[in-house]
Amino acid sequence: MRQYAEDEPVDFAIVGTGAGGGTLACKLAEYGFSVVALDAGPYWRPLQDFASDEHEQAKLYWTDDRITDGENPIQFGANNSGKSVGGSTVHFAMVSLRFRPEWFKARTKLGYGADWPLDWREMWTYYAEVEQALKISGPLNYPWGPKRPRYPYRPHELNAAALVLAQGAEALGIDWAPTPLATVSAPRGHSPPCVYRGMCVLGCSTNAKQSVLITWLPRALAAGAEIRDLAMVGRVEHDDTGRVTGVHYIRQGRWRFQSARNVVVAGYAIETPRLLLNSATSRFPDGLANSSGLVGKNLMVQSNQAVWGVMEKEIRAYKGPPSLAITEHWNYADTGKDFFGGYAYMSQGPLPVVWSGTQSSKRGLWGQRLLDEMEKYNHQVGLKIVGECLPQERNRVTLTDEKDQYGLPVPRITYSFCDNDKKLIEHSLSFMRRALDAAGAGEIWDETDDTCHLNGTARMGDDPRTSVVNADCRSWDIPNLWICDGSVFPTVGGVNPSLTIQAIACRTADRIKALARRGEL
Amino acid sequence: MPERYPGYDVLHKRNSQSWNEQTRRVIDERLAIDPDQHRFFTEEEWPTIRAVCDRIVPQTVARPRPVPLAAMVDEKLHRNSGDGYRYADLPPMREAWRRGLAALDAEARARHRRRFHGLGPLEQDAILAAVQNGDVREHAWRDLPPKSFFTKRVLHDIVSAYYAHPTSWNEIGFGGPASPRGYVRMYFDRRDPWEASEARPGREERARRENARVG
Repeated sequence: MRQYAEDEPVDFAIVGTGAGGGTLACKLAEYGFSVVALDAGPYWRPLQDFASDEHEQAKLYWTDDRITDGENPIQFGANNSGKSVGGSTVHFAMVSLRFRPEWFKARTKLGYGADWPLDWREMWTYYAEVEQALKISGPLNYPWGPKRPRYPYRPHELNAAALVLAQGAEALGIDWAPTPLATVSAPRGHSPPCVYRGMCVLGCSTNAKQSVLITWLPRALAAGAEIRDLAMVGRVEHDDTGRVTGVHYIRQGRWRFQSARNVVVAGYAIETPRLLLNSATSRFPDGLANSSGLVGKNLMVQSNQAVWGVMEKEIRAYKGPPSLAITEHWNYADTGKDFFGGYAYMSQGPLPVVWSGTQSSKRGLWGQRLLDEMEKYNHQVGLKIVGECLPQERNRVTLTDEKDQYGLPVPRITYSFCDNDKKLIEHSLSFMRRALDAAGAGEIWDETDDTCHLNGTARMGDDPRTSVVNADCRSWDIPNLWICDGSVFPTVGGVNPSLTIQAIACRTADRIKALARRGEL
Repeated sequence: MPERYPGYDVLHKRNSQSWNEQTRRVIDERLAIDPDQHRFFTEEEWPTIRAVCDRIVPQTVARPRPVPLAAMVDEKLHRNSGDGYRYADLPPMREAWRRGLAALDAEARARHRRRFHGLGPLEQDAILAAVQNGDVREHAWRDLPPKSFFTKRVLHDIVSAYYAHPTSWNEIGFGGPASPRGYVRMYFDRRDPWEASEARPGREERARRENARVG
């Protein structure tokens, strides 16, 4: 790996190496820029470092203290936050979906949320680039949305849990599909085909998973980028002219400074606003890039409610990737809804610790009743949504007076569903109950309080008064400060965000290249 | 109740292709936990947490490797390894447990004039159910919301420890560690030879035979 000196400014210092920062580091390095990408987490070698164990693999998660409140406090850690080089993609469930085109103009075309400053047709080409880069395994024909190229690799075999989703969907007359997944169904380079060990959300120990760690980052290194792990950035520095000059970070117990001509913040929707807010100075008293006052606001999770049941047949949902089948019907259908937005739902394969948490903390079971329910593990089936939540300014990230192990302020995250979110959830639960019932499941019950993914908090837009960055992920206030991760989403849609984050990173790299050529960096 | 997976022992796979070296190391450490070891809980607290663990996950059946639950919870608290979030209505994890165990004892004394661990199972369950429902009397809960403590600490920390232990995997027929060898048979009612076989009525002996071959 090439290494850069701290006192010589690099073209780009990127904070975070997940779906946004890792992808961007690769593309910028390949375009010839000098890049140092810093990550607070370690640079894992999955073949040597990953165990098949839910507790041990908690080492992949961001487990620093975060205070969570609001009417629907969010769970972090394993649920949505990675602290590893490669970010959350090291433990994501690999679901790789495109946005519905109309979502990029949600306000104008669908009447809710905010418009994106991006055109879906342009995004379509970047989605194709990412799907190729990750060799997504998916169906020959995808039932929803405009025409798209076929997926690079064939779909994975469906497990019994996925077939239950298919049976339910067919009984209710809606389309379903094998889920497009970022794990290979045939050999690719150093990646063997997926062996269906089912522990994808604990990190893939065979490297079948096409995470940022094993796709974009090796390319980034080959192109001359430096990935600096175990480096927690605490503050972005600026000069008297108001341009940023680099980042202060702590590594091996010592605060250091990396000088840079441009800084990209890509820490995901909690750490990104936390860093910008913590970088406040007398010139920027509300934090960097925050003249709109929107940094930290409009945090959006996605609703992640489920319906569970028990089948007479053995399911053994722990085998194979956890979400092998999907329906996006309610993302694309606009009639029969009493709410804005949409949702997808997918088959499920929870591992024992997670499943027991669902039965105990969520359902309230303990004692013999818990043991009896847990014994049905191999007969359990479930359908779970990724549901669109609307942006609300009251859902936000702020800083507290408490300090973490680095001496940095602990963030407070406040989250409450709005009425529209609740209506969407109720619609989904009622529909999925029918679907599970039609597939022959019994003992059906609802899991009502789960969320997934983190977006918003530094939204992109066309107007500096109502957004933090422009379509190029460039901050309105400071021309050499960029934000490139899920934070920039003005709305979230009803699909997992990683493919869109990577597509935006690819687009941002192209825009930076074009701007540099014109001398406009 | 008869075993659902008679004779199934996930540890028979320890030396197979289903376990890589790092998994063996992690599980070996877990199996070596001394059930009496406590470095976080005080001597005063230790019988209380043990009694709580016994009611949250009763281990009534005699078996070769009971789960050292209280010691596993102690280990988590000793290392102070958090989950990455703290509910605003609860104090930090360690503080919540200290206050919570004291409050449980206070509640037991107020109701029965004995400490929690000195009560019978039915009385203990009644107190735990009261805490779960927020139906407590003792002012010791003044600074600790009982419902939150019960759901977010008691259930979360104890149950997640139990289902991280191989003994619990045998109970529910989980395949356990799976790397580099994963699975091949994905369809309904299909099991790979290295998975647990279920004792459906009339098939108990066959299940036992198949489970003896798991490895």
